[in-house]
Amino acid sequence: MNLLHKLAEKPWLAQTEGGDAALLEDSGPRLPAKTALKFFIAVVSVIFFLFTITFLSRSQYPDFQALAGEPWLPLSNTGQLWFNSALLVLASAGLELARRQAGRQPLGAVVLALGAAAVCSVGFVIGQYLVWLQLSDRGYTVSANPANSYFYLLTAIHALHLLGGLFALTRLIYRFAERPNLASLQQNIGLCALYWHYLLLLWLFLFALLVAPAETYRAIAAFCGL
Amino acid sequence: MTDSAIADLPDDSHHPTSFVSKYIWSQDHKVIAIQYAATAIFVGLVALVLSGMMRLQLGFPDQFAFIDPSAYLQFVTMHGMIMVIYLLTALLLGGFGNYLIPLMLGARDMVFPYLNMLSYWTYLLSVIVLLASFFVPGGATGAGWTLYPPQAILPGTPGNDVGILMMLISLAIFIVAFTMGGLNYVTTILQARAKGMTLMRMPLSIWGIFIASILGLLAFPALLVSAIMMLMDRLAGTSFFMPALLSLGEQMEYGGGSPVLFQHLFWFFGHPEVYIVALPAFGMVSDVIATHARKNIFGYRMRVWAIVAIGGLSFVVWAHHMYVSGMNPYFGFFFATTTLIIAVPTALKVYNWVLTLWRGNIHMTVPMMFAIGFIFTFTHGGLTGLFLGNVVVDLPLSDTYFVVGHFHMVMGVSPIMVLFAAIYHWFPKITGRFLDSGMGKLHFWITFLGTYSIYLPMHYLGFLGVPRRYFAMGPTEFIPESAQSLNAGITVSALIVGLAQLIFIVNLIWSTFKGKRAGDNPWEATTLEWQTATTPPGHGNWGAELPVVYRWAYDYSVPGVKADFIPQNCPPSAVEMAAAEGGELDDNKGPYNEPTA
Repeated sequence: MNLLHKLAEKPWLAQTEGGDAALLEDSGPRLPAKTALKFFIAVVSVIFFLFTITFLSRSQYPDFQALAGEPWLPLSNTGQLWFNSALLVLASAGLELARRQAGRQPLGAVVLALGAAAVCSVGFVIGQYLVWLQLSDRGYTVSANPANSYFYLLTAIHALHLLGGLFALTRLIYRFAERPNLASLQQNIGLCALYWHYLLLLWLFLFALLVAPAETYRAIAAFCGL
Repeated sequence: MTDSAIADLPDDSHHPTSFVSKYIWSQDHKVIAIQYAATAIFVGLVALVLSGMMRLQLGFPDQFAFIDPSAYLQFVTMHGMIMVIYLLTALLLGGFGNYLIPLMLGARDMVFPYLNMLSYWTYLLSVIVLLASFFVPGGATGAGWTLYPPQAILPGTPGNDVGILMMLISLAIFIVAFTMGGLNYVTTILQARAKGMTLMRMPLSIWGIFIASILGLLAFPALLVSAIMMLMDRLAGTSFFMPALLSLGEQMEYGGGSPVLFQHLFWFFGHPEVYIVALPAFGMVSDVIATHARKNIFGYRMRVWAIVAIGGLSFVVWAHHMYVSGMNPYFGFFFATTTLIIAVPTALKVYNWVLTLWRGNIHMTVPMMFAIGFIFTFTHGGLTGLFLGNVVVDLPLSDTYFVVGHFHMVMGVSPIMVLFAAIYHWFPKITGRFLDSGMGKLHFWITFLGTYSIYLPMHYLGFLGVPRRYFAMGPTEFIPESAQSLNAGITVSALIVGLAQLIFIVNLIWSTFKGKRAGDNPWEATTLEWQTATTPPGHGNWGAELPVVYRWAYDYSVPGVKADFIPQNCPPSAVEMAAAEGGELDDNKGPYNEPTA
């Protein structure tokens, strides 16, 4: 039963002896954590959407100097960022593997995949920090240019969300070690995998945004009427 | 998407075993609701005192040495922010949302009790940080509740040093708290409803809280984003919002930022915030009116659609707060149009409240008096909103007391009237006792008439051109001297209304311990929270069996039925028909248990 159909119900007419059992048969997702996570992902998406809008708007001011697009600009060499991205891809893949294996015995592969995902995620955060150090060493400090400010800001907020996910993942591993519960493990790994996939897609979007040349910003801003 | 398995959580891991776990680190939604409400009311009283001090200066200028221009601006700022965010949002969603959602839906608790507890304590932390800003060097921020840069963080503005930082940090903490709570409310409503509780059988209170929670989840990020970026401007020297400027004769290091960008972000949050407050109020007042008029709510479906439509439209009207900031005329035309469009579903709700009252068996209980008072104040505030939604009318009125009168009627007084209606209505369920109706009626009349005597003259002052936010008028020849007399009168009224709230506080305390016992369902209401086995409901709400829902929430005065209400969990076979017993319909049956003074 779709939402519009539900909203068209006439509840003053529907009085059934069985407590509307027929409607219950059509019940939707039964995992509240998954519903909550989807809403949380929506909230995070709004945050980054708004950052992006302000970024595009700010990029049209004369003092904004894009971080890539010319050979002498700091992010024209994106090697370190690609390496970091690969780590996040591995983390995401590790969690996906763990999700698929979680229902099967033995659990050795699951533990290995979870561990690898956690290590790769930590590696990603450290890699991002190294990029920060490289930038600031070359004089591209947070206040030197609005493009730099956005780079530090967006990567920091993204990394914070990843660290939040790592906290949840560590807690999951700890609780499983303490009280093994296969059903719970499977569900929770599924949630972690969903969150990591989302953070990976988000990072790829931010990566593309932050290393785009000034002409791209101009084109997008013109398209959006900014 | 009802899911009785989740509603009937077998997990009793958060069952309280000690005083501390029952009343302090509680995971019970009812205790958390009371914690939220008590904190919000406390901080609201602080904001009320601040408004009294503002009024003292405006009514009797320069008579009070402790109110200097800086203090005045700090009072204005903190009063506004506390009332909108820390009182109204927290009390309506954290307080009533927490209390009503599981009980009205037939669930044992929120789906994430631990997160719920964490939400309250994080909220409390945000309140502590906010109030602590009064005591830091330079005091609280005086940037105005909208915190517009560049002045919010520049020298010359009170609290530009530490006060603004604490305000921004407090807001960020509040948003984290709200997100935890909001995720809980939305998920519980979607996944923990009792068997038979379809979406369209939910009481309107839940619909209002549901859509407001979604609005909050999507709108508060804008405030978070603007707070983070302003914190970076202030602390890290970035120039997101800060343009190149001279301050106190010195060239600042900022350059190129856009203050208008902040305004867009702020109002992208700020306007939905109006409905984050209003929608739960709309829902709760609907339930109060239907119960005390012994009549099914008029146009239930249309009201649900209106709540959803208002929720959607609230995201495309924000720039009507920015007409004076300057914008493309077509932009202004667009936002004026959307603003007028959102008035349609809103007006529809007012008509439906009036039509619910029409030929209803109206019982003038205290909750009903506040509910009817709300219809007056909301209609009044809504109509003046139509003036301000139009660009050409808004421009001359925007910086005057007309706006103060408008938004206090629509956003201040109206939700507060509903909150009082709701507290008087649900207090018997929360404590098992009635609030005293004699004190309640005195409280109502002073509040209702008093708020009119405060805000109605402000519209007139606005037409005269009296500017808002000013500490003192100075030599403004176009303003007649009589305006000052009016200001003095407003101040006297404000102080009386402020003091009258003590009646309410005394009533709350006295009735909690000495009030007349109410029983389980004193208003003879249909919704599930009144059908619990014990009052106040125990931990887990429902005893061994969860309720099963057979009907919508508004079966009042059903033709041919003996009683004038049928609870939602009453199966069709258990409904006593008047004709079957040869009895007559008892039109006057209703809530006569309310104690009188």
